[in-house]
Amino acid sequence: MAEGVAVKEAKELTVVKGVTCPFCGVTCDDLEVHVVDGKIKDVKNACVLGKDTFMHHLEGWATPRIKGKPATIDECIEAAAEILAKAKYPLIYGLDSTELNAQRKAIELAELIGANIDHTSSVCHAPSLQAVQTVGISSCTVGEVKNRADLIIFWGCNPAEAHPRHPSRYSVTAKGLFTPKGKKDRMVINVDVRPTPTTRMADAFIQVKPNSDYEVFSALELNRFTKFQCAPMRGHGNVVGMAQVLTWQTGYPFAVNMSRGYPRFNPGEYSVADLLAHREVDAALIVAGDAIGNFPAKMAEHLQSIPLIAIDPKESGTTKVATVVIPTAQAGIAAGGMAYRMDHIPLVMKKVVDSPYPSDREVLERILAKVSSMKNGGNGAPSPASKGRG
Amino acid sequence: MSERRFTLITGRTTKQGRSIHLGKEATEYLEEISTLQMNPKDVEALQLKDGEQVRLKTPYGSTVVKFKKGDIPQGLIFVAYGGFINSLVGPDTQATGMPNTKGIEVEVERYG
Ligand code: SF4
Repeated sequence: MAEGVAVKEAKELTVVKGVTCPFCGVTCDDLEVHVVDGKIKDVKNACVLGKDTFMHHLEGWATPRIKGKPATIDECIEAAAEILAKAKYPLIYGLDSTELNAQRKAIELAELIGANIDHTSSVCHAPSLQAVQTVGISSCTVGEVKNRADLIIFWGCNPAEAHPRHPSRYSVTAKGLFTPKGKKDRMVINVDVRPTPTTRMADAFIQVKPNSDYEVFSALELNRFTKFQCAPMRGHGNVVGMAQVLTWQTGYPFAVNMSRGYPRFNPGEYSVADLLAHREVDAALIVAGDAIGNFPAKMAEHLQSIPLIAIDPKESGTTKVATVVIPTAQAGIAAGGMAYRMDHIPLVMKKVVDSPYPSDREVLERILAKVSSMKNGGNGAPSPASKGRG
Repeated sequence: MSERRFTLITGRTTKQGRSIHLGKEATEYLEEISTLQMNPKDVEALQLKDGEQVRLKTPYGSTVVKFKKGDIPQGLIFVAYGGFINSLVGPDTQATGMPNTKGIEVEVERYG
């Protein structure tokens, strides 16, 4: 590259508009990212969490490794494929901080190797997802909330810290069609076991005892007086997307087992917490999620005792101990795709800068192709249908 | 009284959400996820002084964290999501798939 050109380019500012933030379930799609010379210099419209997601996306980057030794991405993909092709009862887990196409590839891979596939919803929202499956959900989009809701109850959630722009975009100060005066047109109630920063924006705070929500809900009989909509404040990244994709592809939102070649669903058996606590899986692939860093000690212990593959843009408790570490371009920043907002609306995620690493989707695609040829090449790995278990 | 039972609550905080982007080894992040919040009256009852540490214990394990006074009801303690409380959580999910990370009974005592 001629030096003069580089210097000229270095001064050029590109403003990428309409960028979707990959950090929380509010999935703001109005960010403006300022890029200079391939580097993110500023982010407009985001909350502090969103801004930091972009500004610090290069901090703590992972490096490709096999058994702690530096390796190339190609070698890592080969090693990962070998582990997965040989495994008898593998686990694929994580998948919240990535995009829809990577999630689809992970499900395809699970089918090919007869894996258990589960994601973060399992350890954060398993009971609520089962409740939705059992009785259904009376819900609405955040647009409805903004335009119509005149009574908001934040129950056991703390949007002020976990979903910072939810109040201003949708639920408290947002001005909508039938709520033109914003906060003045709404009554905001906060129910929690402790006051939080969210309590400060509420008109009333009701303090309940820990684990007494069921009793309080039952006593309130909310729908006897009006029509309530219910919206889980789904947290991290594209966790809603994984539940959506898994449901449309297998019929089940989490804890899916493919060992018979077709999907089976049984929380308590095929859910990640139980599979690990019972020491059942013999290899694991963790994508875009820090299992070791977040799991109860007993579960983490088993993960560390089996061949473990981590696909992640950043170092984490999981990459630190993984057998194979494959760094990737962070979805929503250095890789494009789709993400689902907490109200199940899919939004486009843009790629705003380049990464020297491939995307999650590409890595999964390449592992899939490798495993597929290993199995077809007849290296002795059992096909899902002929596995002993199940 | 040197040891008391509390209900442990976990959750997200702004500091935890921001500092996680600096990396999981970053001092700011580790500081936030290793600090427990306790009602000032409980701090007094345990005779804790600023800068001291406390040990949290459940049937599954124990961990040592710093404490600070917080706006939290008596009998409850709060720690931000992060690796520090992993050793306190049991793997049983009662067939739901979700380990119980909210409202865990813990014993708290002064450490060191
Ligand atoms: S509220 Fe959530 S999605 Fe919106 S900018 Fe903040 S972190 Fe990003």
